[in-house]
Amino acid sequence: MSWEAVIGIEIHVQLRTATKMFCPCAIPAEGDAPNTRTCPTCLGLPGALPVPNRTAIEKVLAVGAAIGAKSPATTRWDRKNYFYPDLPKGYQISQLDLPLAEHGSIAVTTSAGSGSVRIRRAHLEEDTARLRHEKGADGTRASLIDYNRSGVALLEIVTEPDIRDGETARRYAEELRLLLRTIGAADAEMENGQLRVEANISLRPSSDAPFGTRVEVKNMNSFRSVERAIAYEASRQAEVLDAGGTITQETRGWDEGSETTYTMRAKEDSHDYRYFPEPDLPPLDIDPAWLAAIVAGLPELPGTRRARYVSELGLTEYDASVLVAEPRAAALFEAARAAQKELDAKLLANWVSGEYLRVAKEGAADPDPDQFAALVAAVASKEINGTTAKALFAEMITTPLNIREVIVSRGLGQISDTGALEKIIADVIAANPQAIADWKAGKQQAVSFLVGQAMKASKGRGDAALLGELIRAALDR
Amino acid sequence: MSAELRRATAAQLRAGFGSGAFTSLEVVDALLGAIAQEDAALGAWLHLRTGEVRGEAQRADDAYAAARASGAEAVRALAPLLGVPIALKDLVNMVGTPTTAGSKILEGYISPYDATITTKLKAAGALILGKTNMDEFAMGSSTEFSAYRRTVNPWDRERVPGGSSGGSASAVAALHAPLSIGSDTGGSIRQPASLTGITGLKPTYGRVSRYGIVAFASSLDQIGPFARSAQDAALMLHAIAGSDPRDATSSALPVDAALLTLPQGDQAASAIKGKRFALPKEYFVAGMEPGVEAAVRAAVAALQSAGAVIDEVSLPTTEHALATYYIVAPAEASANLARYDGIRYGASKHGGGDLLDGYLATRGRGFGPEVRRRIMLGTYALSAGFYDAYYLKAQKVRTLIARDFDRIWSAGYDAIVAPASPSVAWKFGAKMSDPVAMYLADACTIPTNMAGLPGLSTPCGLSEGLPVGLQLIGAPWSETGLLSIAAGYEALTADAPWRAQEPTDLAALGGAA
Repeated sequence: MSWEAVIGIEIHVQLRTATKMFCPCAIPAEGDAPNTRTCPTCLGLPGALPVPNRTAIEKVLAVGAAIGAKSPATTRWDRKNYFYPDLPKGYQISQLDLPLAEHGSIAVTTSAGSGSVRIRRAHLEEDTARLRHEKGADGTRASLIDYNRSGVALLEIVTEPDIRDGETARRYAEELRLLLRTIGAADAEMENGQLRVEANISLRPSSDAPFGTRVEVKNMNSFRSVERAIAYEASRQAEVLDAGGTITQETRGWDEGSETTYTMRAKEDSHDYRYFPEPDLPPLDIDPAWLAAIVAGLPELPGTRRARYVSELGLTEYDASVLVAEPRAAALFEAARAAQKELDAKLLANWVSGEYLRVAKEGAADPDPDQFAALVAAVASKEINGTTAKALFAEMITTPLNIREVIVSRGLGQISDTGALEKIIADVIAANPQAIADWKAGKQQAVSFLVGQAMKASKGRGDAALLGELIRAALDR
Repeated sequence: MSAELRRATAAQLRAGFGSGAFTSLEVVDALLGAIAQEDAALGAWLHLRTGEVRGEAQRADDAYAAARASGAEAVRALAPLLGVPIALKDLVNMVGTPTTAGSKILEGYISPYDATITTKLKAAGALILGKTNMDEFAMGSSTEFSAYRRTVNPWDRERVPGGSSGGSASAVAALHAPLSIGSDTGGSIRQPASLTGITGLKPTYGRVSRYGIVAFASSLDQIGPFARSAQDAALMLHAIAGSDPRDATSSALPVDAALLTLPQGDQAASAIKGKRFALPKEYFVAGMEPGVEAAVRAAVAALQSAGAVIDEVSLPTTEHALATYYIVAPAEASANLARYDGIRYGASKHGGGDLLDGYLATRGRGFGPEVRRRIMLGTYALSAGFYDAYYLKAQKVRTLIARDFDRIWSAGYDAIVAPASPSVAWKFGAKMSDPVAMYLADACTIPTNMAGLPGLSTPCGLSEGLPVGLQLIGAPWSETGLLSIAAGYEALTADAPWRAQEPTDLAALGGAA
């Protein structure tokens, strides 16, 4: 029997703020000693009080505007009550029925085409502490609590059950991450746990049938695992149903090694969180002028930018999406275009998505956009050849360079003078009789070898295309 | 001399330190001596800073001596409470001192930080003698729910001092300190002030920062002073009031400098003329002791003869205040007290069984009966299916209560005059087996908390030899006005025989030690 999967995604993402959500503690960094980024408020000491972080609120309002959501005129905070050692106050400050943003959507393109995923709500809350379960040298087990993460600002974004397959879920999560990074709301590094994805999955026999029993899937630590875990869970449920079984409402974890899901916990009788309005925090009025200023400050959003690169700059959909997918790359592209307005966009895009992204992924610093533009311009005008340009690029990301000056002072200009190149070619042909013999025997690769030798003899400055032409002509003689 | 120093008000102490008539150290020693002699019987204190406070007094005296050498202006410029010893209710955090909130669950807990009011009181020069006894987590009206000790009323050792700030009230009434800090969620400053014959002020919600005050019910809790005069209460309010970036519910309104110098004597008395007071009939409820009603009506008559206009008014929602309070306050408390889980601090019973066993044992044994009762009430009221019927409805009634009061202020009244407590101090144990009888003790004070208004209790006579308090309730932010009226009433009744009467068991306290 064929089943339709119904999938909703819940994403928790750590906002990019200098301090925690309700106290002045700095956001913990990798390598901080446990419990060093804490204060009475995020430790839940007797008498401590929360004060909301304005920047966090602004970032969520910006996210709301970017997904076309509505923000209420007044919002408030609610207490979600439950006991767990990672929750120091015994309640989490969250938002129940007045989230900072509601009813937005995100456009998603998959192999099947374009569509959109509706977002039900986005709200602010505080993160919990981190628990570590350890066994001491004597075999005793202990649970250790690090409150550094306690109280860090979290944005929770919940979709409508609009998704039908793992690929769309993955693309949605990737697109949301890109949006968050583009507007500076979050770094959303999934490998550091800054972005956590949970999926609710149920099956139904047809698209007009009621929803089936849903299973929550957690522990998906990469976008790839989001796609695979959902695909696996949907097929697992189909097998159960096909065999005449029923789906148990539960939380399952994704096991990366076996590529299967496993039961983490059966759904306890639905938890009563006893939400009520947080009495320590007054309701928050969202001044329209404040919201308007936030909207006005939004950068160009990924979807708009991709469309513009295709329609205005003539880039391919693929090139446009590669550039936009990395905000730093898009920023370099924009800045370089601003510096050299006549520069060929396609060539510049190739340089950004090729050379730049390659080194950026290795952690290199960004080049100066003006000099980067000058470098690509020198390639465009054939003033320097590709080999020289790549060498200069490798240098400029570690050492500031003035490209114009360096080309002149180091004599890096490309040799396009036929006379000069022919002299080099004559020497190369004389020095490589074997290559000539190979060519005569019909081996075309001999030409490439001779071009390489000539390039070497020109100290990398020869015009590669012209060298090829001239060598062929010489051999033909 | 020592007896005189014990009786002095904070204002008199400040003047005497300034003139060099006596020193802060002499006062501190007199008070510590009295405490050593009498507190075994009084039971007001939970922790004393005996060692530290003498050094602090010495430093205050040095500052006065130096200032005197530079002239009167330099003395005036010193902090308004410099060298004045005070007491903190044991729910105010002070770095390095125990903070138990009267509960076993916080036994051994030492505060790692100062409450905002602690910082402000230190900045105002006050010397913190120690921490005072209270009903556990401020839940109670007699201080009998303290997990640590019984505090007696200095007017009668067989009777309660009221609560929950009974330790702070008894300490001031028994001349162990001129000033103390209390907290008032449903009457916990005004009711014990009434029962021990002193002045107690609950400021407008938001007037005083709650940062560092162990929370009972966040939307109702306010911190305020106990004193033996309106002027002294005003001095302490001036020291602790003001906006606090650490408390999102604190008001940005500036602190009124007029609190430092309220009208006194004839000037204060004559200011009563032309004042308009509302007398709400619902506050003279069935069950009110006749002696209490008589004393309050006599006080109202005194105000009237001084030229005040008194109108009987109706606050029809008064009868609903108690019931709604016992939804809202326990609901908030059920969440506020969730942090006492034995995981990070305080008494812990974790380690035996699983996590749930640890929670149950820690909280089951750490909390006393009244706290457990209120956590259960609050948890129930917030539970799925009951929220709308209880918590939401209670909040709606709360709005109606506030509207009732608004009508009074719109009609131009300067204050509401009412009893602070329907009874005088009762005997130990009289209400311990009947929670509702205990809850009714706060019937006159709870509506003010529900509406966030300022209210004070000022002594207005005796009934059966025990103090009665006159309650003044004002519009939001009208503390200076309320305290000025109280100062006027003090002046009007300065010669009343009951004013000369000191707590009747004061002498016996020392004898019993």
